[in-house]
Amino acid sequence: MPIITYREALNQALREEMARDDRVYIMGEEVGVYNGAYKVTKGLLEEFGENRVVDSPIAELGFAGIGVGSAMAGLRPVIEFMTWNFALLAIDQVVNSAAKMLYMSGGQFNVPIVFRGPNGAALQLGAQHSQAFESWLAHIPGIKVVSPGTPYDAKGLLKSAIRDDNPVVVLEGEMLYNTKGEVPDHEYLIPLGKADRKRTGTDCSIITSGKMALVAMQVADLLAKEDIHIDVIDLLTIRPMDVEAIYESVRKTQRAVVLEEGWEVCGIGAQVVDYIQRECFDHLDAPVLRVHQADVPMPYAKGLEKIAKPDVAKTIAAVKQVMYRT
Amino acid sequence: MATTKKKTSIKCEPVAVRTVGDPALDRELLQSMLLQRRFEEKVGEAYALGKIGGFCHLYIGQEAVSTGIIAQLRPDDYVIGTYRDHGQALVRGVAPRAVMAELFGRIDGCSRGKGGSMHMFDRHTNFLGGHGIVGSHVPLAAGVGFAIKYRGGDQVIVCFMGDSVVNIGAFHEALNMAALWKLPVLFVIENNRYGMGTPVEKAAAVDDLSRRADGYTGMDGIVVDGMDVHAVCEAAARAIARARTESRPSLLEVRTYRFRGHSMSDAVSGTYRSKDELDEYQSYDPIFSLRDAMVLASTMTVAEWEALEAEVAATVQDAWDFADASPEPPPAALYEDVLVDTTS
Ligand SMILES: Cc1ncc(C[n+]2csc(CCOP(=O)(O)OP(=O)(O)O)c2C)c(N)n1
Ligand SMILES: [Mg+2]
Repeated sequence: MPIITYREALNQALREEMARDDRVYIMGEEVGVYNGAYKVTKGLLEEFGENRVVDSPIAELGFAGIGVGSAMAGLRPVIEFMTWNFALLAIDQVVNSAAKMLYMSGGQFNVPIVFRGPNGAALQLGAQHSQAFESWLAHIPGIKVVSPGTPYDAKGLLKSAIRDDNPVVVLEGEMLYNTKGEVPDHEYLIPLGKADRKRTGTDCSIITSGKMALVAMQVADLLAKEDIHIDVIDLLTIRPMDVEAIYESVRKTQRAVVLEEGWEVCGIGAQVVDYIQRECFDHLDAPVLRVHQADVPMPYAKGLEKIAKPDVAKTIAAVKQVMYRT
Repeated sequence: MATTKKKTSIKCEPVAVRTVGDPALDRELLQSMLLQRRFEEKVGEAYALGKIGGFCHLYIGQEAVSTGIIAQLRPDDYVIGTYRDHGQALVRGVAPRAVMAELFGRIDGCSRGKGGSMHMFDRHTNFLGGHGIVGSHVPLAAGVGFAIKYRGGDQVIVCFMGDSVVNIGAFHEALNMAALWKLPVLFVIENNRYGMGTPVEKAAAVDDLSRRADGYTGMDGIVVDGMDVHAVCEAAARAIARARTESRPSLLEVRTYRFRGHSMSDAVSGTYRSKDELDEYQSYDPIFSLRDAMVLASTMTVAEWEALEAEVAATVQDAWDFADASPEPPPAALYEDVLVDTTS
């Protein structure tokens, strides 16, 4: 199987879907001539022309709304946010327009749109450029939220997101764009709403998504050497969440750690823990623990940033704690 | 008469004496405006009886705007607007029964009872909704214009908005891109002089709202007297033709006035505006001034007017009866329409 980067996988997904359906277009800052701030749209302008690869002004609220309006009139926009930090300026169009249109029109106007871009922290970008918005977005009924961690998942999920007739948020990762993985030559889709077991084990579950799936796999590989076998459940789609996959895993392992990139308070992990306590209470041998970012804006200083982020060491410590091994 | 901007006063300066036009057309315009008026009066009654809940914004006084502008559209064109949307829905051709049932929160409402007063939608007439967040629908309108152009079509979209919208970011972002990309959009400011209780001159650092267009190359800014339905028709026809044939957006400021409070909980006058001011504007009533001009010009008899009133009253009563008899959405509807389960 060819090995390509996460960036190339997304690029392939966009190219294939634009070739397949001429209602699909991409709009955002620097997506055309510049080839994308992170080069995800490289070559698309050349291939599809400026009608379908549209460089917008720096006006997130405006072009997100243009995307929604065009979707109501039958197009299938892919709106690229240079990063999700900037998408906060457009959150009104995501929450009040895209997510509400079908419901408040009594089922008449669906909004087939993809909002995508890098989410979460990279390295030393400081407080305003290092935020993970999974829980903000997953809170909203009326949209789907996916968060791929590998090139394979990125391509399959983005293709499904573009074909979905609902608004779909795709949370990518700046630190993921250069990571590599196997992606088949043939066409494939990954269904939205289905988790993927990234490692199989019977001792403890780690429930996670996105960039943190890579951390969880590292943790599983390291702990395997200590004869601790982790079941890694990569949610892939955060809304709607594949709760059955969580239940199945936790009923088997009877212990769980929930790992996420964002902040603790009202985070994705809080929701997962709630599902577990309601449905797997009798199976649990230890309280479920959470690993997440420190409850502070992201600092710039290298050392501080490192200790603010969830990582392999913190996750291993949490796993050992739920296994009562120290 | 439509004048191309450069008026200094923010006040609308209507003329009391109206011109008449083609008698058949005038009758249609009159009928369209009267239907909105009597419908909205009925809505006020239903609200007082508790049959309608939530926020409800009446359009009384502004009828010439929707009538004059929507009359210039083709069936395949699009209309989008704000929460003050009952009149526009009716003029666009959404059945009075469906609008009233929506207000009553019933299953036969145009949004199946899920939208309410502020969110009228109708796919059949390309009525893209009443939107409740000030300014948010203006980019949506530009997006529809983008889709039209993307497909190489010759439709247009009309975007109705209140006067306070010209001060919010979404408006400027949308107008900038509409002008930049030459999108077939007619942006209509219904300047009724107030955003809730705030007069325009306390909110906008521009003395003539249509001048907002000056910031966007290729966009015409136009002012028209919104109490004169003929003037509205004429200005809208030109701007819509420009959008259709040259794919150029325009900003049309229509000077009008609302005769009722901002919403049902707002007093008609006495706080932010005086009774005298209200009386003055009511003397420019777009419906009665046209009626009087027609009677004066003998293009309509008093008996014909009375027949029109009776016809409209029957339509409105029928809408009420229909809405009242329509069932509430069943509990199962709660979880419907959150997501569609299809892919393309
Ligand atoms: C972004 C936003 N802020 C505040 C409100 C509350 N609000 C609803 S209508 C309104 C006044 C709008 O006035 P205008 O645009 O002149 O329209 P009109 O009501 O006169 O038709 C306000 C402040 C809102 N709906 N959206
Ligand atoms: Mg107003």
